[in-house]
Amino acid sequence: MAFNINDVLSDFPILSQRVNDERLAYLDNAATAQRPRQVLAALQDFYIHDNANVHRGVHTLAERATEDYEGARVKVQHFINARSSAEVIFTKGCTDALNLVAASYGEANIQAGDEIVISIMEHHSNLIPWQQLARRKHATLKYIGLTAQGQLDMAAARRQITDRTKIVAVTHASNVLGTVNPLKELAVLAHQHKAVIVGDGAQAVGHMPVDVQDLDVDFYAFSGHKMMGPMGIGVLYGKAALLRAMPPYQYGGEMIGDVHRDDSTWADIPFKFEAGTQNVAGAVGLGAAVDYLQGLGMDNIQARERELVTAVLPRLTALPYVTVYGPQDPRQHTGVLAFNLAHLHPHDVATALDMEGVAIRAGHHCAQPLMEKLGVTATARASFAFYNTREDTDQLIRAIKETKEFFNRGTI
Amino acid sequence: MGLSKLNGLYREVILDHASHPHNKGKLPTATNTMTLHNPTCGDTINLQVNVADHRIKDIAFTGEGCTISQASASMMTAAVKGKTTTAALAMAKTFSDMAIGQQHSRSDLDQLGDAQVLTSIMEFPARIKCATLAWWALQRALLKDSDEEDDNE
Ligand SMILES: Cc1ncc(COP(=O)(O)O)c(C=O)c1O
Repeated sequence: MAFNINDVLSDFPILSQRVNDERLAYLDNAATAQRPRQVLAALQDFYIHDNANVHRGVHTLAERATEDYEGARVKVQHFINARSSAEVIFTKGCTDALNLVAASYGEANIQAGDEIVISIMEHHSNLIPWQQLARRKHATLKYIGLTAQGQLDMAAARRQITDRTKIVAVTHASNVLGTVNPLKELAVLAHQHKAVIVGDGAQAVGHMPVDVQDLDVDFYAFSGHKMMGPMGIGVLYGKAALLRAMPPYQYGGEMIGDVHRDDSTWADIPFKFEAGTQNVAGAVGLGAAVDYLQGLGMDNIQARERELVTAVLPRLTALPYVTVYGPQDPRQHTGVLAFNLAHLHPHDVATALDMEGVAIRAGHHCAQPLMEKLGVTATARASFAFYNTREDTDQLIRAIKETKEFFNRGTI
Repeated sequence: MGLSKLNGLYREVILDHASHPHNKGKLPTATNTMTLHNPTCGDTINLQVNVADHRIKDIAFTGEGCTISQASASMMTAAVKGKTTTAALAMAKTFSDMAIGQQHSRSDLDQLGDAQVLTSIMEFPARIKCATLAWWALQRALLKDSDEEDDNE
C-alpha cells in the first residue's frame, strides 16, 4: 500500500463514529462514498469567499467563481484524459448524463428498425432511458448476457452488435457483480458497425484509472458522489464532434447564442448542455475530490481495494451458507460484493448487520433484470473503498456469522 | 449493542409466522385481489380475499419477501379472517397508525391479535414498510372497485 491509511482515515471524520454502540464499518460505498475534509473545505471556501453566478458577471466575485468552475472542469478533463475541457459537461449526476445522451443524441439519431444494445447487468439509469427511447422510436432494445462466471458474454456481444446497431450502452463496472467490462473491446466492436458507445462509469471512476481516449468511448457518464465528491454533480464526457452535432437537452439561460422572437442559436459546447444556473459549488467540490484521488494515486487506490477484496472474498465464499454472485476471483473484482445467506432475506441480513455496526445495502440495486437473471429478488451488497480497513473486513465476516447464528436459534 | 437488540424485532412469534405462515397459498376463487410491491426492495404480496355478506370468509396470500413482510402477511390474514370488512379496515388503520407511532387504545390493539407485536418495528424505521405492506394490500383489496386492475405500484 502506497499511502498511509491512518492519514487517509483522519481525512474522513464520518468513518470514526459508532453506530448502535458498535464501531462503524461503512461498506455501502457503491451507493455513495464519503467525502474527505478537503472536499468539504472546498465547498465551504467557495461559499465563504467566491460565491457568485458564473459566466454572467463582470464583477470580481463572478470572475473568481467562473475561474473556480472552469478550473474544476479542467481538473476533470485531465483526470479522465479528455482531449479538451469542452468535452466535459457538468450534469446533476450519472443518471442525468445518461438521460442527456438518450434524449439528445438518441432522439436525433435513432430511427425505426435501429438497434440499441445494452447489457443485462445495467443499472436502471443505463437501461430505462434506452428502453423508452427504443419504444418511442420503434427501435429494438437488445441485451448482452453473462457467462457462467458472471462476466459480460463477449461472444454474445459480437452476435448482438450488428450493422443495424446505432448505440451500445454498457456499464464499465457492475454495481452488483463487481465485474469490470472490457469497454475498450466493446468500443472497437461498436465502431466496426458504425455505432456509438456509451460507458456508464458510475462504479469505475474513483476506483480505477479511467482514460476515455484509451477506451475510445464516445460518451462516458459518472457521478461525483460515488468518487468522494458532492451529491448533485456529475459528468458527461462526449467526443467534441458528436456533442457539437447534438441538439440541446434543455433550454434556458447560459446555453444560448442569440435569442430572437421566433428562433434561437446555441452556445458552443460545453455550455450548450448546461442550461440555467449550475451546481457551481458541486463542481468545485468535485474538483477537490479529483485532487484528493490523484494525490493518493488511482493505481494505489485500485490496488488497495483489490487487496481488501482479496482478503474478504475467499472468507465469504468459504462460508457454506453464503452465495456470492459474480466472479469468485478477486483479480476480476472491484470492491463490490453481492451475496445472500441461505434461507435469509437480505433485508433481514442488512438489519442484523446494522446492529453490528456494518452498513451494507440490501435490495435489487436498481438492476431488476439482472436480479431476474440471477434468479433472486434481492441480494445483500457490501462495497469497499480505499479507506476501508482489514478491521472492516473482519467485522463484516464476524457479523455475518453472528447473523446466521441468530436466525438459526431465533434468539441470541 | 450487537444482535441483542434484534430480539425486540424478531420475536419468536414473528419468526414462527415467517417460517410457518398461516393462510399462505391461493384461494380457488376470490372476490377481491390485490398485488402490491415494495419497489425499494422487491418484496411482493399477492392477496386474495373472499368476501360475502360484508364478511371476510376466506383470505390467502402468496409472495416473496423478508421475514418481517412474510410474518406480517401471515399475522394479518389470521387476524382478519372471519371479520366484517368494516372491522378489518379499522384494524388496517390501527396497524398503519401504529406503525407511524400513533397511539391507540388497548382494545383497538387487542383486536390485532399477534400482529400487535410488530409495533416493535417502530424502532427500525427502515423496516416499517415491510410490516405495513400486507395491511395496505388488504385496504386496497377491500376498497378498490371490483373491476379495477391490480396495481403494480
Ligand atoms: C452502475 C451505475 N450506474 C448509474 C448509477 C446512477 O447514479 P446516480 O444515482 O448518482 O445518478 C449508479 C448508482 O447507483 C450505478 O451504480
